[in-house]
Amino acid sequence: MRGYVLRRLVAFVVTLACVSVLVFVAIRVLPGDPVLVMAGPEANPEVVARLRAAMGLDRPLLVQYGEWLGRALRGDLGVSLQYDVPVGRLIVSRLPVTLPLTAMAALFMLVVALPLGLYAATHARRPGDYLAMIVAQIGLAVPSFWAGLLLILLFSVHLGWFRSGGFEGWTQGVRVGVRSLLLPAIALGLFQAAVLIRATRAALLEVLGEDYVRTARAKGVWEGLVVVKHAFRNALIPVVTVAGLQLGQLIAGSIILESVFALPGLGRLALGAITARDLPVVQGVTLFVASCIVAINFAVDVSYALLDPRIRYD
Amino acid sequence: MTRRRPTHVAFVMGLTITALLIGTAALALVWTPADPLTMAIGGRLEGPSSSHPFGTDQYGRDVLARVMAGAVTTIAVGLLAVAVGAGIGVPLGVVGGYVGGWLDEALMRLVDAVQGFPAILSALLFSAAFSPGVAISTVAIGVAFVPAFARLARGSFLEFRGREFVLAAAALGATDVRLICRHILPNSLSPLIVQATTSFPVAVLAEAALAYLGLGTQPPHPSWGLMLKEAQNFLGISPWFAVFPGGAIALTVLGLNLFGDGLRDLLQEGR
Repeated sequence: MRGYVLRRLVAFVVTLACVSVLVFVAIRVLPGDPVLVMAGPEANPEVVARLRAAMGLDRPLLVQYGEWLGRALRGDLGVSLQYDVPVGRLIVSRLPVTLPLTAMAALFMLVVALPLGLYAATHARRPGDYLAMIVAQIGLAVPSFWAGLLLILLFSVHLGWFRSGGFEGWTQGVRVGVRSLLLPAIALGLFQAAVLIRATRAALLEVLGEDYVRTARAKGVWEGLVVVKHAFRNALIPVVTVAGLQLGQLIAGSIILESVFALPGLGRLALGAITARDLPVVQGVTLFVASCIVAINFAVDVSYALLDPRIRYD
Repeated sequence: MTRRRPTHVAFVMGLTITALLIGTAALALVWTPADPLTMAIGGRLEGPSSSHPFGTDQYGRDVLARVMAGAVTTIAVGLLAVAVGAGIGVPLGVVGGYVGGWLDEALMRLVDAVQGFPAILSALLFSAAFSPGVAISTVAIGVAFVPAFARLARGSFLEFRGREFVLAAAALGATDVRLICRHILPNSLSPLIVQATTSFPVAVLAEAALAYLGLGTQPPHPSWGLMLKEAQNFLGISPWFAVFPGGAIALTVLGLNLFGDGLRDLLQEGR
């Protein structure tokens, strides 16, 4: 168990290093001259030279990477060209939108998917199961941003219950903040909920077919107890894996929903930076989000070992 | 047999919708009810009518024609993205699974790292480095598929590498390339085909999302995601403008998902 976690930890660090190389290559190497990307093709040569020296782009690539990574590890992701503020501070300032949005979408996903998946598995091949599977198929097919638009159409345009976008902040109380994030969180969580319904159903159906479940039933254990205590606990391992991986997808998906609902989060920061050719911001946000996703995947791997002591590293 | 019926019905439904999508795209290549790019300032944001069954957009363009033309974009981007994912992922997995050792370990860490970049994140990176466009979004979606293809290919190569028929072929003097291409790869094909089929609807959703964000297909070219971005500004006055392109995406993805699920069941049955 400790050996497994230790080896996963080493793999995690190596993976993070790979992430940093990918981001560095995409921003500094692929475009040829990132300074020209930022300054634009008609830029004054003097400005270009100054920018290049300021960014240290006149030195060998490996040296540039080393220095960039060293600074990034200390939390220094450079300075935004657009806002003239450290990128790290910009990212932190946007987290109060993106993190609660992701968390609320994850909560929605769990609250919808676990009961429905459980219901579908215990009513397999009966009308309730088919209904749950149809709901899941629809959830998988509806793009999150269209779901967002339809929610705006219904709840903002027709019923007038919610504002069609914008974030009122947390200063006026939790309720106001949650209210502005509710529709986007539902739209964001819909697809992942559908995936999790199917995963929960499949995992539970497999466990319900095991011998020890039959034994429990034969002993006369109450069916609810069989499902929850005997079956669901063991079905949790694949369910936790899927739910964990979904969390990373939710962070990435929040970029789209922030755009639909005009929320000032990380995604809007990055999209605005592309229009403004603010490379340090794009680089910082993508490095941050990709590292978060890799970290979540690592946490899933470790929790896997905690939930199932039989797991060994192979 | 009766127990399988719902799966069967779903598969036939998926097949029908997929055929409808391909048929629509093929038709759009030669004929659309109106030119998808021609603007008519007089007839903007009209509701559905006999002359414009899906209504018109903010420039008076026929929405049905644009939805039909959008099907071509969807299929093209979807196919190319899956090809990019398989084209990079399968060789990575094959080399890792066949060679093993530190090279396998290193490749898998790279694959883990790529998993940190969903299509949206790669599209952001590439769009910053170059400029946003349909090529960028296709590559970004494809890159997001690399880990799944690499893991699958690696998994089946690890499984088959030590099997008797492979060892026998190796003992008879087959080269590495022959072992990989003739003996192992054909046996790994069916999960890879299923993966490709299930990746396609994901690519359709990602293409629409990237076009919506302005990171994919650029105006005036028709794309379902882009149409929804345009429709958002007119939700209050012409909601149907947002309904038809979104419905097209949902129906397409539904059909492709049902088709993919059915195909997987069929292939598993045949094994």
